[in-house]
Amino acid sequence: MLLEALRLALSTVFRNKLRSFLTVLGIVIGVASVIAMVTVGQGSTAQVQSDVASLGSNLLMIRPGAPGRGPGGGSNDATPLTLADMQALLRYVPDIVAATPSSSRSQTVVFGEMNHTVQVTGTDDAYFGIRGWTLDFGRIFSDGEMRIGTPVCVLGTTTSVALIGEGNPVGTTIRVGKISCEVIGLLAKREASTFGQDDNDIIVMPLKAFQRRISGNKNVQSISVTFRDGAKAEDVTTQIQSLMRERRKLTGDQSDDFNVFDMKQISSVLTGITGVLTGLLSAVAAISLLVGGIGIMNIMLVSVTERTREIGIRMAVGATESQVLMQFLVEAIVLSLIGGILGILLGLGLGALGSYALNIGFLPDYRIVVASFIFSAVVGVVFGYFPARRAARLDPIEALRHQ
Amino acid sequence: MTAAATPMLELRHLSKIYGVDEAKVYALNDVNLSVQKGEFIAVMGPSGSGKSSAMNILGCLDTPTSGQYLLFGTDVTGLDRDQRALLRRHFLGFIFQGFNLLARTTALENVELPLIYQGIPAEERRERSMDALIKVGLQGRADHRPSELSGGQQQRVAIARAIVTKPGLILADEPTGNLDSARGREIMELLVQLNREEGLSVLMVTHEPDMADYANRIVTFVDGKIQSDKVRDRHAA
Ligand SMILES: Nc1ncnc2c1ncn2[C@@H]1O[C@H](COP(=O)(O)OP(=O)(O)OP(=O)(O)O)[C@@H](O)[C@H]1O
Ligand SMILES: [Mg+2]
Repeated sequence: MLLEALRLALSTVFRNKLRSFLTVLGIVIGVASVIAMVTVGQGSTAQVQSDVASLGSNLLMIRPGAPGRGPGGGSNDATPLTLADMQALLRYVPDIVAATPSSSRSQTVVFGEMNHTVQVTGTDDAYFGIRGWTLDFGRIFSDGEMRIGTPVCVLGTTTSVALIGEGNPVGTTIRVGKISCEVIGLLAKREASTFGQDDNDIIVMPLKAFQRRISGNKNVQSISVTFRDGAKAEDVTTQIQSLMRERRKLTGDQSDDFNVFDMKQISSVLTGITGVLTGLLSAVAAISLLVGGIGIMNIMLVSVTERTREIGIRMAVGATESQVLMQFLVEAIVLSLIGGILGILLGLGLGALGSYALNIGFLPDYRIVVASFIFSAVVGVVFGYFPARRAARLDPIEALRHQ
Repeated sequence: MTAAATPMLELRHLSKIYGVDEAKVYALNDVNLSVQKGEFIAVMGPSGSGKSSAMNILGCLDTPTSGQYLLFGTDVTGLDRDQRALLRRHFLGFIFQGFNLLARTTALENVELPLIYQGIPAEERRERSMDALIKVGLQGRADHRPSELSGGQQQRVAIARAIVTKPGLILADEPTGNLDSARGREIMELLVQLNREEGLSVLMVTHEPDMADYANRIVTFVDGKIQSDKVRDRHAA
């Protein structure tokens, strides 16, 4: 009997293809947006997590400026950091195992006819280890180059491709701002981009060269440190804060004019934001599913009215209430499942597109696919039940008399 | 009072009232009727005399306001909707004036419909429905839709649908009302044949004395009451 109901429902649904399609459009859109959202959301969450992993664990970053701003927004009227600060940190905070200074500035770089604007960072050799970079070609700075401030640079793949093209750029000389700079290394491509920003678009040079030739001062914009495994980020932060307060001669009632960021914590906040966004958009999608369900209910009600006579005939030849109920319920479920399946396909397609556009991994979650499928069946049951019951409760005589 | 076999169906003091208070209409007023198995009864009477009301109650499509309706000695007025549906499914066959076929569905599928609700497997369903279509002379029309059939052919599909379950009683409310008299006679001859050969009991409402001539008993309603009830020789068919 269920098989018969299914056969009947399919033939009814396919007899009116356009109408059926319009009926399920709400479900299609709802399911597709849930799936696309979740797919892209999960992709970007995984992205943030892999960014965190590539940052290396146990990373803290110190920047001048009052706390309460993001890692990029330290105010510049605060006393700048210096290399001496970094050396003091390494010496007096025993939990710190490595430290690297960095200063960055956006520069126009030129090679032959090619022009490219890129973030140029001056730092030392510890930078690569702390930030989790490896090299595809060439080498990093030597001690001599760092001491003297030789204008040599290591390129990210995006920068290298944009300026020089595919392949090994080592040995070429490029113009960075006003200076000529020899390329000595190429960073391995990182499959990472933090929220659409390409990590591989980068030039790294010795801090001294950067200070002398680009920034023109002895300032260090930030110091990144890693601390030993087992130490707590909060404890290390406290130690850094007291040392820095001392070095910056802050008295008891003065507040910090520098900031210590726990990169992991920032990343988890970012992950949280992604989660909230996904949740929000999913709520919107859920509402569209609800609207889709009401659309199905509406059409089913119309259909029951249109087919009153048919229902009467079926009752006259012996259909029971539950059989009529089943017929219409199955029809509603078939409709919403068709919507669900179309929505899943569309959602996965959009998710793949979105992941590609945002340059993050395509991570479809089969659980959400299964959940969408079940949910659309539930929508069919919930919103089909009322019209189906109306059909089943019809009085056979009234139904037969219906024109 | 003893030896008479229990009638197939019996109406006792049956009334059907529509409306309330001043608007009250006695569609049936204290009707008593008894029908034996194998009878072919024509129900006649002026418009509004309660013929259809009686048929609907006999067909378990409607319930009386008061009185009893006994099927093989069992009162069925107290049955619930599902039980009445089962009675219709297994014991009754309907033929309507307006044919009442499912549009956009072939003749064969229309005839199969009651068998679907009986839970008969697809293959047997097909076979029995084809047999029924052959019986009503529509072997070549199984795949036609109602809109592709003449009125007389549509009514034969309806008859095939009514007899495919081998019911005990066929209820026909003006089965020839929408047909010309030649087509009407064809239908009547078919019903008489089924009545004779298959032992089907037939209760048929008609306005036309010509058609009533095919019956062996004529019950006449006037104002919701049975005015006359005559057993007679069947018209030479
Ligand atoms: N659903 C209804 N509501 C109110 N009154 C009704 C209803 N159905 C029938 N009646 C009334 O009951 C009476 C009997 O109607 P019924 O349909 O049984 O007559 P009939 O003998 O079949 O007439 P006809 O020959 O015109 O078909 C009529 O007065 C009619 O108006
Ligand atoms: Mg009538």
